[in-house]
Amino acid sequence: MHQPVKTDYSQDLRLFRTAGQVWSYAALAVFLLAAPILFGNYLLSQVVFVIIYAIVGIALIILSGYTGQVSIGHAAFLAIGAYTAAYCQKQGIPFVVYFVLAGALTGVVGYLVGLPALRLHGVYLAIATFAFAFIVEEILARWESVTNGNEGIMLALPDLFGLKLGDTGFYYLCLAVVTTIMLGAINLLRSPTGRAFVALRDSETAAKSMGVNPARYKTRSFAISAAITGLAGVLYAHKLSFISPEMFTLSLSIEFIMIVIIGGIASLRGAVFGAIFMIMVDPVLATLKDDLPGLVANVVSVLGLNGGGAQEAVARVVNAPGLKSLIFGLIIIFFIIFEPFGLAGRWEKIKLYVRLFPLYKATTFKRQKMYLKSERGR
Amino acid sequence: MSYLAVQGLSIQFGGLKAVDDVSFEVAQGEVFTIIGPNGAGKTTVFNMISRLYTPTAGRIVFKDEDITRLPVQLVAARGIARTFQNIELFENASTLDNLLVGRHRHSSTSLVEDILFSGRVRRQELEHREAVERVIELLRLQHCRDMLISGLPYGVRKVIELGRALAIGPELLLLDEPSSGLNVEETDDMAHWILDIRRRLGITVLMVEHDMSLVSRVSDRVLALNYGKIMAVGTAQEVQTHPDVVAAYLGT
Repeated sequence: MHQPVKTDYSQDLRLFRTAGQVWSYAALAVFLLAAPILFGNYLLSQVVFVIIYAIVGIALIILSGYTGQVSIGHAAFLAIGAYTAAYCQKQGIPFVVYFVLAGALTGVVGYLVGLPALRLHGVYLAIATFAFAFIVEEILARWESVTNGNEGIMLALPDLFGLKLGDTGFYYLCLAVVTTIMLGAINLLRSPTGRAFVALRDSETAAKSMGVNPARYKTRSFAISAAITGLAGVLYAHKLSFISPEMFTLSLSIEFIMIVIIGGIASLRGAVFGAIFMIMVDPVLATLKDDLPGLVANVVSVLGLNGGGAQEAVARVVNAPGLKSLIFGLIIIFFIIFEPFGLAGRWEKIKLYVRLFPLYKATTFKRQKMYLKSERGR
Repeated sequence: MSYLAVQGLSIQFGGLKAVDDVSFEVAQGEVFTIIGPNGAGKTTVFNMISRLYTPTAGRIVFKDEDITRLPVQLVAARGIARTFQNIELFENASTLDNLLVGRHRHSSTSLVEDILFSGRVRRQELEHREAVERVIELLRLQHCRDMLISGLPYGVRKVIELGRALAIGPELLLLDEPSSGLNVEETDDMAHWILDIRRRLGITVLMVEHDMSLVSRVSDRVLALNYGKIMAVGTAQEVQTHPDVVAAYLGT
């Protein structure tokens, strides 16, 4: 097994600890930079959605994963960012200005939403953020002079320093934003602030006794998480080119929570894994819908039975309304039971398996898992 | 003025007077132990000194400063550290990170600096790491430095909690039942560390403890509480043989 030899504490502060990491991240960077050449229009557009969802995932992982504060109102922060962009573009304000403005504005709103979090925990906090999301949705529908009400607003792709961005340019913009936010988040979480977040999550009493001010750090976590989501909102609005209040509902907030549950709440990597998963589910389901009935019919007729009847039956099932929600629900349940650390946790296990190859034991992670199960039982 | 002075401290939870008019003084550099039967109010006194509870009456004066109303999160900055009876570690973080949280009061970087991980953050992180490594060495915690707390046995967690309190760089250390749940060997180690902490680091120790052999080995003075009231103060020997204390423990 390869173990880097440490001779200096500063080695533990490096972003990339081994040569292998440097090479794999360099390869990833080259791949992402070459994506517009490698991918067609459709795939590139999906990648942009992945990036936007990943940014929201990062925001939620900071807030829920590291600070332990639940939020089912993140669609509202996304909406505030998106509407700021839409409104400002109409006024002719340059992109850079309103991008920063949207981040700052949602940050302030996030700070204010964080204030009740000082008194509320768990389910009660979830309901408070839920209520906040409803209020924002309602404001967007009613404040017609700014938001254009339920009719929604059209946007164009942004101009960057007088340069009109096309689809490729916008992709690079998104890539730059997600990279910057990811680096900032990594830095934040390995700094004293990040440790204070974790301390508050695991034991507020002990954190206070260590000198961590709960009010300061909880509101900070909310503000940072909201600001990041607001920035994602700006990109989201430009990507969709049309926004209206009914796009920012509870189900979008829940989709964001699914990103972090599926991706893995304990690691920033989870945001990316979860975003890829969420965005790819739709096309995969659509393909299944189109191809599965025919496929089943073929198999059944090969067996010498009534192919047409089977095709119809399968088509009825795959076209049943609510099938997507059912599948999502099952996925969440299975992840929570079998892989609480999500795809990122699975990724770590696969890496360890490869590193230890002939020596890996199935029980390596048993203890952690048992611990988590007993925790849940409490 | 004395180092730590507790004057007429009382707290009432509804109809229950958990601590009733308790006064004592702790001198700098001594090991002062509070004993008493279950429910005597020992931990409650601790919680008031570390400001988790606010007393209904009385004053707590530390180094000529009245800390009776000080917000909890500022107590660590005064150099007062504590451990908890039922272990309050940060379960899903490594030992190293747990100890580093203890260094929180020593970091002075702003949020923006943290996000950029600026040179100042980097320098401070290295200082914290060095301070924490000294604690790790003192308490021989090298073997679990990078392990998550959730996978560690109880005895080790107890030591890590002591380490986290030491990482604060305290002057006054409040230990809430440091030997509870430890086996004979681990209790022995704990006694050595408490004496070491006092002798080598010059830290004053205020302790709640049930194990009388540990109490008599390390304490300079002992205070016995029962039903929130002081029964006796003196050396371990004196308190142990005090008729009221014997009666409280054995019944009359």
